[in-house]
Amino acid sequence: MISLTINEKDIRMPEGATVLEAAQALEIEVPTLCHDPQLKPYGGCRLCIVEIKDFPRPVTACTTPATDGMEVTTESDRLYRLRRTIVELLLSDHPNDCMVCARAGDCTLQELAYFYKLRENRFIGERRHYDMTDKNPFIKREMEKCILCGKCVRVCDEIQGVNAIDIAYRGFNAKVCPPYEKDLDCEFCGQCIVVCPTGALSGVIWGGQGRQMDVKLTDTVCPYCGCGCNITLHSVRDKVIRVTSPKDSINQGWLCVKGRFGYEFINQKDRLQTPLIRRRKGGKLEPATWDEALNLVMSRFEKIKKEHGPDALAGLASARCTNEENYAFQKFFRAVIGTNNVDHCARY
Amino acid sequence: MTLLIPEKIKMDDSAIKTLETIYANYSAANDNIISALQEIQKAFGFVPEESVYWFADKSGVPMSKFYGILTFYAQFHLKPRGKNIITACCGTVCHVKGAHRVLFQLNEELSFPPGEDTTRDGLVTLEKVACLGACSIAPVVVVNDKVCGRITPDNMVKKIQKLRDKDK
Amino acid sequence: MSKEILIHVCMDTGGIAAGSLDVVDAFNAEFAKTDIPARIEKRCSLHKVGCRGFCARDVLVDITIKGEKTTYQYIKPDMVPRLVEEHIIGDTPVEEWMVDETYDDFYKLQKKVVLANNGKIDPENIDEYLDVGGYASITKALKEMTATEVIETVKASGLRGRGGAGFPTGLKWELCVKNKENPKYIICNADEGDPGAFMDRSVIEGNPHSLIEGMSIGAYAISSNVGYVYIRAEYPLAVERLAKALDQAREHGFLGKGIHGSDFDFEIKVKLGAGAFVCGEETALIASIEGERGMPRAKPPYPADKGLWGKPTIINNVETWANLPPIIKNGAEWYAAIGSENSKGTKVFALTGKIRNTGLIEVPMGIPLRDIIFDIGGGIEGGGLLKAVQTGGPSGGCIPQEHIDMRVDYDNLAKVGSMMGSGGMVVLDESDCMVNITRFFLEFTQAESCGKCTPCRIGTKRLLEILTRITEGEGKKGDIELLLDLANDVKDTSLCGLGMSAPNPVLSTIRYFRHEYEAHINHKRCPAKVCRKLLTFFVREDLCTGCGMCVRACPAGAVSGKKKKPHRIDTSACIKCGACYDVCKFKAVLKE
Repeated sequence: MISLTINEKDIRMPEGATVLEAAQALEIEVPTLCHDPQLKPYGGCRLCIVEIKDFPRPVTACTTPATDGMEVTTESDRLYRLRRTIVELLLSDHPNDCMVCARAGDCTLQELAYFYKLRENRFIGERRHYDMTDKNPFIKREMEKCILCGKCVRVCDEIQGVNAIDIAYRGFNAKVCPPYEKDLDCEFCGQCIVVCPTGALSGVIWGGQGRQMDVKLTDTVCPYCGCGCNITLHSVRDKVIRVTSPKDSINQGWLCVKGRFGYEFINQKDRLQTPLIRRRKGGKLEPATWDEALNLVMSRFEKIKKEHGPDALAGLASARCTNEENYAFQKFFRAVIGTNNVDHCARY
Repeated sequence: MTLLIPEKIKMDDSAIKTLETIYANYSAANDNIISALQEIQKAFGFVPEESVYWFADKSGVPMSKFYGILTFYAQFHLKPRGKNIITACCGTVCHVKGAHRVLFQLNEELSFPPGEDTTRDGLVTLEKVACLGACSIAPVVVVNDKVCGRITPDNMVKKIQKLRDKDK
Repeated sequence: MSKEILIHVCMDTGGIAAGSLDVVDAFNAEFAKTDIPARIEKRCSLHKVGCRGFCARDVLVDITIKGEKTTYQYIKPDMVPRLVEEHIIGDTPVEEWMVDETYDDFYKLQKKVVLANNGKIDPENIDEYLDVGGYASITKALKEMTATEVIETVKASGLRGRGGAGFPTGLKWELCVKNKENPKYIICNADEGDPGAFMDRSVIEGNPHSLIEGMSIGAYAISSNVGYVYIRAEYPLAVERLAKALDQAREHGFLGKGIHGSDFDFEIKVKLGAGAFVCGEETALIASIEGERGMPRAKPPYPADKGLWGKPTIINNVETWANLPPIIKNGAEWYAAIGSENSKGTKVFALTGKIRNTGLIEVPMGIPLRDIIFDIGGGIEGGGLLKAVQTGGPSGGCIPQEHIDMRVDYDNLAKVGSMMGSGGMVVLDESDCMVNITRFFLEFTQAESCGKCTPCRIGTKRLLEILTRITEGEGKKGDIELLLDLANDVKDTSLCGLGMSAPNPVLSTIRYFRHEYEAHINHKRCPAKVCRKLLTFFVREDLCTGCGMCVRACPAGAVSGKKKKPHRIDTSACIKCGACYDVCKFKAVLKE
């Protein structure tokens, strides 16, 4: 363990911890745009600069390893001014169209602009322009809003292992893009959207659906597979408009394309909402109650078992079911039906 | 004048053979992709998109990384270059000794399509370099590997004319 | 084996650009003539040597007969037959082509340590390096010294990194050795990207073995078995000569397994830069060797702890490495006796710009700037007035005329707001506009910013925009203060050395030449008459002969006039390109 002081408060941290982690352990707020605890430190946005005794100049808390006896200051007039300049520079190359931005109210850059009271901008100048629109139905990229924090690139590499995007060009012209600046061609997991601190990345189907303040949140489990990722449904007037996932969940907030974007079936008109039964041979499938449907299945099972024996029946379970559901399913086949003919789709 | 820019290099057998040699050296030396891309550029004169896809596929290095590197380093050319390469030194000394006037003249004379550095007829590609380190004879341009010192707008025009005459 | 007639021709990039290849060809052609070989070929040898510094007088040729050396300047191929005929065959030097007494002035105050053998030996021939005692230092280190002793010697010599920041070399090595992790790596930074600097190029072109030897000494000191030279691809000749030198060193057993007959292994690999100035920054350079985008990462941890592939790594630049053989050979005390209190040894500078004797110089640290400019440099070209000396390239600053008597070393340069940098020294005279020069540097750094960190990516762009505005006559009240604020903030918050030092030209020129900024902003006037948008071109009728040169030169058709009658410039059509001003032989075109 090492001990250091931050704003004259003592803290002990394990070897290898960064100054930022130490500050967070003390619940000291240090602003940052490019840091994510699940990604490797980057040190690009420069907002988390702190002053450390005997260091010649401010250093970024996110990249500096904490060492024994360090004396760190996270707030000073100078640091305030420097951080304010950084945010001001970022805003000088940003559309500042918060009024129509889907991320308004959920945007770190906006919060910082508010905190530093940045209404005027001393540095108004050339801005980057991108007219490219993607054709994919999932991820919307508005790269003019990008602040080059590099989180999307790192999450795609370090977490997802897809490397669909990287930073191309350099300096003021640097931009995050797929190879040869083509349309995004990836798994569309949307992890990049989750980490984006601005409105540069969002879901195509999220647009114009409702701002964060009107949203009702419902925690649930993703129905798509047996992984059981925790998800949070965002709904406005009983309509799901977005899916997110909490960071402190089993899936650490990461989702796949289905879990994140595949929720539109909920409000589809042709979605099945009751069981269907064909009551007459050659007749149409008609809506039925669950009792009616289950009774029908039960009677048919009994009939087959009686006429042909239990081994004439077999059960095939689904990978979409949870462990518990699959356990109950095989128990039902072995103990109630009396056959070992039970299997699971994941084996095929 | 006919169009001199070669068609995009198709991945014909000889191109693939070239790439395979480069790949073999790359994997034998456990080398980095920057060196591999330098070799590709040496072989083709620029870095054709197809060759990058081929190499990414073969090496398992993500395509996005290749593009990031290709656009980061000024040395790489993504498009075919002209028949003649004029490299203008934009170093400090060349600047104070009037390199911008030479550049102005070059641009006037060659009238590049907007945003491009190769003339429409593919005769000349103009490149700028930070410093060639030949400051004692500034301003300097390099015309097809030949360093020309103490250049003036006037004799720049003459040099271009020479290139044109040679091409006829 | 030396012959009685030796011919040395300067063959570095500067010399070749001045035509030295043709001179060599002319010598060979002359020798190939039927009757001459019989008389002289056996007694005569032709040597291509590296830069001896005085590039302004290229092509320089030395002819040494029986130890008697004669140096010729400005030699052209058509002068060669006479040299051969009169001097080599006739034994009478051609006096009118010999260097004059000012040639010696150029060297009088110099002290050659790193460049001691530049211009004397053939860089492509290892035997010539061996003849001047080459590779004796590494042998001495391997046979007579422990690794710790080598480090102690380097520490005691006071050698500081010649790449810019001036970190004590021995201390850096010591920190690296303290880290117990292995393997360790040695890197030579030969990505000399500063515009106006060509010291490293000259060392490699003129004496590549000194670099190899220096790196071997460093490798032995920190027990590293692999070294890299990261060299600019824009230096094809240096790359070629380095590759040749490495091959020769391998053949001689100076690289590879058990070098110089010891049990120490060392190999050097070459990596070509791909055109990114930021790769001169050590962490970016490491990223580039690893095959990544050359984006720097935050320090600490420093490369001496976590460098190439995350292993302890020592990076020094070419000049630093080349200082090591003489230090080991002559001892720390000898070296520490040269230079000033905190800056030991010599420094190589590329002396260029508006100066009479442009070239490569090596001077003891602490030499007065005046000596460099007026004694070695021979004063301002064309007899103009010195305005400032720019050092440190785009990361440095301008030293104004009033500091001409300062002594040049790390600390003094920092005190006046500049820096040593890698050693570019550009002399500016009264016809240079300081705002324009600053804009030029910012244009450079802005284009070379990697884009990783906010202040450098956007901050340098905004600095450039403000400067551009000022030079185009659109400066506003408060722009100077805005520049100062932004420059200081970018300096304080940028990630790497590029961003930290990019504002230096702004800060230093405002410090010393604020009045020039004010003239641009308040009076829309460029005192040096450089910023084109602030100028008006017109013809002085009494001087104009009506030759019509300006009419032909004008791309906008703004000049008119009858033949042999004074011409006029239509200011509304004039695009202020200055072409008329350049072509007028009668100085009849004026700018104001």
